[in-house]
Amino acid sequence: MTILTFTLILLLGAYLAGLAGSLTGLGGGVVIIPLLTLFFHVDIRYAIGAALVASIATSSGSASAYVKEGITNIRLGMFLEIATTAGAVLGAILAIYTPVNLVAILFGCTLIFSAAMTLRKKHEGALQEGSKLSYKLKLNSSYPTKEGEVEYKLTNIGAGFSIMTVAGLLSGLLGIGSGALKVLAMDSAMKIPFRVSTTTSNFMVGVTAAASAVVYLQRGYIDPGIAFPVIVGVLAGAFTGSKLLMKIDVKKLKLIFSIAITLIAINMIYNGFNHKF
Amino acid sequence: MDTKENKKMTDYDVEQLIGQVLRYGVLISGIIAIIGGILYLVQQGMGIPDYGTFHGETAGFTSLTGIIEGLKNGNATEIIQLGVVVMIATPILRIIFSLVSFVVEKDKLYIFITLIVLAIITFSMFGGLKV
Repeated sequence: MTILTFTLILLLGAYLAGLAGSLTGLGGGVVIIPLLTLFFHVDIRYAIGAALVASIATSSGSASAYVKEGITNIRLGMFLEIATTAGAVLGAILAIYTPVNLVAILFGCTLIFSAAMTLRKKHEGALQEGSKLSYKLKLNSSYPTKEGEVEYKLTNIGAGFSIMTVAGLLSGLLGIGSGALKVLAMDSAMKIPFRVSTTTSNFMVGVTAAASAVVYLQRGYIDPGIAFPVIVGVLAGAFTGSKLLMKIDVKKLKLIFSIAITLIAINMIYNGFNHKF
Repeated sequence: MDTKENKKMTDYDVEQLIGQVLRYGVLISGIIAIIGGILYLVQQGMGIPDYGTFHGETAGFTSLTGIIEGLKNGNATEIIQLGVVVMIATPILRIIFSLVSFVVEKDKLYIFITLIVLAIITFSMFGGLKV
């Protein structure tokens, strides 16, 4: 295989990753790592570097659309980014001491959890009474719906903040956006309407990934030959996905995608235990 | 009433602006990557990819000065890395824009919170974590 064929196949793979990632809300990174390691037999450290770049690409690409609609809660995102960026830096430090096969196993487990999270029913209602801290931190807000502006309040800020630290840590260690954990923190703990939690989580993924990407770039994990097809492919895929999202029902797609990544995850874990990384 | 209306307006404007920053950042990064990528394929497309074992990139790809040095020589790989740097810089730039908007709104609490986030990222960048 020459560099030319490698680039073209990876370009196609990254396109599909960006497409699936934006349709299911899981982001581009989760598909990029198994694609590079299992299919192309690329070292997992190069794959992590590429996945971080892919996460930023999908996040910035789709966040630009959501922010304009006024759904994203920027104050909430900023407050929680303290937790995710601190976690991400910690994760990038821990990565030095973590053997690669353990990284693969952890990645597989996170994938299975993410698959389950996509299928879970999300919290839809808006909370009427928030906790004391939500007022102090000015986190309560409103978002536009078809029936006009809906006010919502937040609760369990401490629990949400803690889960976000773990989300950041996994993001720094594995190179993924860990959007699933971010939604869990905002959805299950803080009781935010799911439209707000998904867009705000997506908005935060870019910042979290950037916090660890600056470390990984300096460590030499980001290779230009991999980064080029990944950036271009994921961007094009995410763009197509955001256009398609308005037209198709993603329910069935989410189910198929969840089963597919669970199988991939089992493969990653199996290879991890057999030290094939 | 008047002041509340005004505040809503600036919030809205800032959100529009942040949306633009993210959009252009991604676009510029993508264009640089495509230019660098095509050049890269022309220069090295017939080579054999070697990613099975991890070597780590050389200083030329891992520091801004190294990348700029390579750009002067017209190296395709350094052009791609510049695209990567722009991509990583986009969300960081977004935080700086948010900081400016909180300063305009005189929201002391959120100026403080935003500065903490910036400090963590700066530490990550220059904290010598690369080893």
